Amino acid sequence: MILLDLAGRDLRLHWVRSSFAVVGIVIGVTAISAMGILGNSLALSIPDNLTSVGNTIVIFPHISDAIGIPAGGGLNLRITGHELEGIRSAAGSNAVVPIRTGVDRIMGGGQAKTVALYAMDPADIPVLLEKESGSYLRSSPGVMVGERLAVENNLVVGESLGIGSGEERLRITGILKERGVGIDISPDYAVIVSDTWFTSRYGQRDYDEVVIRVTNPEDIDGVKAAVDDMLNRRERVVDVLDTRKVLRTIVDTFNQVSAYILAIGGISLAVAGISILNVMLMSVTERTKEIGIIRSLGVKRGEVVRIFLAEALILGLLGSAIGGVLSLAGGYLALNAMFQSSKYLSAATTLVSILYGVAFGIGVSLISGMYPAWKAAMMNPAEALRFE
Amino acid sequence: MTDTYPIIRLDGVTKVYPMPAGEIRALDRLSMDVHLGEFIAFMGPSGSGKSTLLNLIGCLDVPTAGDIQINGLSVKALSDDARTNLRRDHIGFVFRQGNLLPRLSVLENVEFPLAFQRRIRRTRERCLEVLVAAGLPPDLSTRRPGDLSGGEQQRAAIARALVNDPEILLCDEPTGNLDSKTGEAIMGLLTDLNREGRTILLATHDPRMAAFAGRTVRMTDGRIA
Repeated sequence: MILLDLAGRDLRLHWVRSSFAVVGIVIGVTAISAMGILGNSLALSIPDNLTSVGNTIVIFPHISDAIGIPAGGGLNLRITGHELEGIRSAAGSNAVVPIRTGVDRIMGGGQAKTVALYAMDPADIPVLLEKESGSYLRSSPGVMVGERLAVENNLVVGESLGIGSGEERLRITGILKERGVGIDISPDYAVIVSDTWFTSRYGQRDYDEVVIRVTNPEDIDGVKAAVDDMLNRRERVVDVLDTRKVLRTIVDTFNQVSAYILAIGGISLAVAGISILNVMLMSVTERTKEIGIIRSLGVKRGEVVRIFLAEALILGLLGSAIGGVLSLAGGYLALNAMFQSSKYLSAATTLVSILYGVAFGIGVSLISGMYPAWKAAMMNPAEALRFE
Repeated sequence: MTDTYPIIRLDGVTKVYPMPAGEIRALDRLSMDVHLGEFIAFMGPSGSGKSTLLNLIGCLDVPTAGDIQINGLSVKALSDDARTNLRRDHIGFVFRQGNLLPRLSVLENVEFPLAFQRRIRRTRERCLEVLVAAGLPPDLSTRRPGDLSGGEQQRAAIARALVNDPEILLCDEPTGNLDSKTGEAIMGLLTDLNREGRTILLATHDPRMAAFAGRTVRMTDGRIA
């Protein structure tokens, strides 16, 4: 106890420079923890915001090679019914959902808005989308609307929605559950219509994309290969994306960004460590005579080390505790600003990043205190006593 | 007053300090025996080696050559920790300025040597007893050293030196900063402690203070004159 007591009294005596050292640790710990919270929350938010995690294959027409080919030169910007048949046979028993997409103006909730339209067979809608309220589209006419679109325009089930310049009105049968940005489709701000209505309205028969929901995620690579083999054997007609791979790439990228910003936090903590080293070295020099006195009173070298490490520990504990609380508060504010929710803050992996920050803060303080403590312990007591 | 048993034996003790301008021979082949219960004053001018001698006997430093035996134990062969243990258990130091720790109260200063020995029980009572025995009123025990007079500080320092109940008390100019009346009172206290059986080694350049000792050893240039 006397160790901490003595250390505490010395720090209070030099409270200005001790405070600066603590502030350094606070900044370092807050930086590390806040970066950890942010990075972790971003990583956690990806699967939440990007749906259809590991069981979806998305097929788009291959258009990059088509750029520059003159119109009428066999340009294929959509997937034809024939190609769809090929995809269906390659997919085997897995669900295949062909989708046509478009953009049009809607009139609803008293105002006009341009939104994305997704057209699919009503029977396929439950395969890809969950409903929040109302019922699924059974047959045309009728629409389902995305959750964000419904909330922001006060659209409710049963209301009729005007689509396009013809002011054709369709009844809203259901509101979809919020789904986030998808690699296949992003329905939150969109309107889902039946394929028959879409084709009769816009005349488009071919498909913009085809989604395959794989029952067993392990089959993904096999199905992908089968689609490639079926359609891309002679020339590249479609691009086959595997959401799992896309997701992994995005998560990897976020993790790299997290690691990078964490490293910046680490640098600020290292600077704080140097500040503690400086404060402690000053303290050791100033207290040379005192070290001589306590050695003459029978205090051993190891005990001198402990006295000075106790000082570093107090600085570290204080700075890390304040930094931990600040990063929790800062993380709460930052997450609310970024995600309009602080739900990721309470995730175990997020809280662990605060613990890491605090542990690093204490560790850095102790490491910084080691050299000054060792220097104090190795002093010749007789020489230290002569120091004025 | 003296016993035949040498509690301290100095055998050709030499201490050399290497300096940029050449080495300084602070002690030069010093040999003598100190017996249990003796009160010896080492007298001499500054630089005669008195303080160096006390530091070596107190195991704060090691001789460059020769050996010191305390209670028959050769200091030369001991590790730093073992020398610290020897000092902790058998030796008390009293310095010229008291050298109390300014951030601790008087009582905490006296408790300090016990704090590292896990002798927690009876600590406070023992320290108060020692303070009173050193002639300090108990109501001063909660004050900071800076609030005390020079004589009171020196009494507190003596109390701190006694708290481990050491056989040997090393006093380096303990009255150097005191007026003669207070100095004599401190010397009276040391004489009483010597009568209780403690071996006292005093370094001083003041013959009036040396007169309190049973034996005076005169030193010049690191040798016994």
